[in-house]
Amino acid sequence: MKLGLVFRIGTIMLLAVFLLQPDWFAFVFAPMTKNGQPAIYVQNSLLSLTISHLLIVFAATLAASAVAIGLAIAVTRPIGREFLPLSRTIANAGQTFPPVAVLALAVPVLGFGTEPTLLALFLYGLLPIFENALTGLTTVPPQVEEAARGMGMTDRERLWQVELPLALPLILAGVRISAVIAIATAAIGSTVAASTLGEAIIAGLINSNLAFVAQGALVISALAILIHDGIGALERRVGRHLIQG
Amino acid sequence: MPTLDTPLTRPFTGPIDRLGVLVAALVAVGLFSPFALFRANRIVPGTAQTLLEALPGVGGLLAVALLSVAGLTAVIRTRASFRLMIGLGALLLLAVAIGMGANGLTPPGDKVSRIAPAMGFWLLVLGFGLLATDSVSRLRLSPLGRVGLLVAVAAAMALILASGLWSSLSVLREYANRADSFWREAGTHVALAVGSLVAAVIIGLPLGIFIHPRRRIRGWVSRGLTVIQTVPSIALFGLLIAPLAWVAANVPGAAAIGLAGIGAAPALLALFVYSLMPVVSNTLVGLDGVPAASNEAARGMGMTDGQRLVQVQLPLALPSILTAIRIVLVQNIGLATIAALIGGGGFGVFVFQGVGQTAMDLVLLGAVPTVALAFSAAVILDAVVELVSRKDQR
Repeated sequence: MKLGLVFRIGTIMLLAVFLLQPDWFAFVFAPMTKNGQPAIYVQNSLLSLTISHLLIVFAATLAASAVAIGLAIAVTRPIGREFLPLSRTIANAGQTFPPVAVLALAVPVLGFGTEPTLLALFLYGLLPIFENALTGLTTVPPQVEEAARGMGMTDRERLWQVELPLALPLILAGVRISAVIAIATAAIGSTVAASTLGEAIIAGLINSNLAFVAQGALVISALAILIHDGIGALERRVGRHLIQG
Repeated sequence: MPTLDTPLTRPFTGPIDRLGVLVAALVAVGLFSPFALFRANRIVPGTAQTLLEALPGVGGLLAVALLSVAGLTAVIRTRASFRLMIGLGALLLLAVAIGMGANGLTPPGDKVSRIAPAMGFWLLVLGFGLLATDSVSRLRLSPLGRVGLLVAVAAAMALILASGLWSSLSVLREYANRADSFWREAGTHVALAVGSLVAAVIIGLPLGIFIHPRRRIRGWVSRGLTVIQTVPSIALFGLLIAPLAWVAANVPGAAAIGLAGIGAAPALLALFVYSLMPVVSNTLVGLDGVPAASNEAARGMGMTDGQRLVQVQLPLALPSILTAIRIVLVQNIGLATIAALIGGGGFGVFVFQGVGQTAMDLVLLGAVPTVALAFSAAVILDAVVELVSRKDQR
């Protein structure tokens, strides 16, 4: 466990130093260049690309979480029950849809830039959160439901004090999956001119400058792993809290 | 499959179906929106045509009448099988209508005009698609029933495509221009997705069996694979270019067998690495799930470790391993699209070309087969997993 902590802090520090002073690392990337190509991507600063990458991911995941949890609550209440089988099928089938396809098909509606990327991230992010929230809300043990009813809780109280807290670890797992997919898809968003770290990778692929590709790829990977890890830790904390009461 | 589907008795609120109301609303809006978009060539803005303009005469009137009746029927609560027939029938009618409309709108002998389905068509497809999907999920078909339905729909699509009914539609115009490369990229796409899966099973299954009893290595291997799984695809594809380019340049014979920094090799390797984690972890889960009593009984019968593995443990772990294969195949079919960015081929070639040229028909030519492939793989393998697990329970 201690080793893991050292590793995490080390990754964050290294990432921060690299983003603030990329030139210090030029010697690492220089061997990957050919014919005197620049070793560090400077068209846009890596720091600003990272910030806009994270903002896009954050906005899309937040919106997807709100809508997906809302929908999952709606189809598990008596008023929306009729839509439950359909929504489950759509969530299952939707996940076979590759994120690239969602991204490419959003372009004609929204044009090039950040908007189609946001839409694709949002739509694709809905599915894992919705599916996990649905599983969490529909698998509350019947005894617990009975006990809550026996205590005289109203439907609304049961939702807020019993069902949602019990479903929370699963919902967080859904948010984690969505956020990690969003980081990857946001990178592909640069093919439709969104300002993300994918820009460095694509510039590197076009100019066959491996240093750019490696920079973009390493920063994106570090972000994905840190976010995966962070939300995972939150899940474990919530889970433990539930068990201890 | 763990059944979350506790049978739902629908609260009976009267003869009105709520989803049907939504379907009818979509159909109503769809019928009044433009049905097809006519462009004199690929670049100019198009003119919108309603269903009646696209299909003049009796045909158009008949189509509008039938679609309205189908939409209204959805509102009334009826049996799921009946609703499925209405939904599929209406979708078939739409397929015929758009094809005939496009054939009629195309000036004779014209090769450059582009006719694409417009908003109204898509709303109608969405409406009746929802109706059909809802009835399928309410019918709770058996695994074989679901595969049968998939085959029937695929056969209908193949028939429509072969008949030339849709040949005036813009997507198929794009296809006609590059039929050769379409099938070549299709082959590459399938080879990438399936090849990496096969490699992952060949390596991952023994790896899982080997580390299963060894607690320490097991923790490290699964942690390492999880980290790799988290690395975004475009980044992993990119990161593999450098080492492979180095290998190709410095290891004698490597370039001769097709290893290169750019192209199919890094794509295949990346997909393989992604596939490894689900295969290994589900092998472990499957082996963990073998009841201690079964192991004891096998030992008591005097089975060797090898016999026990092949005759007891692996058959019991099979549903879990098959589930991994399902996850990996569907995931790989989607991810293989990105291989095009590093020159690896596949349907992604059309998607990214289309994005580059803002030619949506070209994007569709890449995206639709990918989605169809992934969806069919999911339905078929889900059915296999369900059949195998059911046999287990007996």
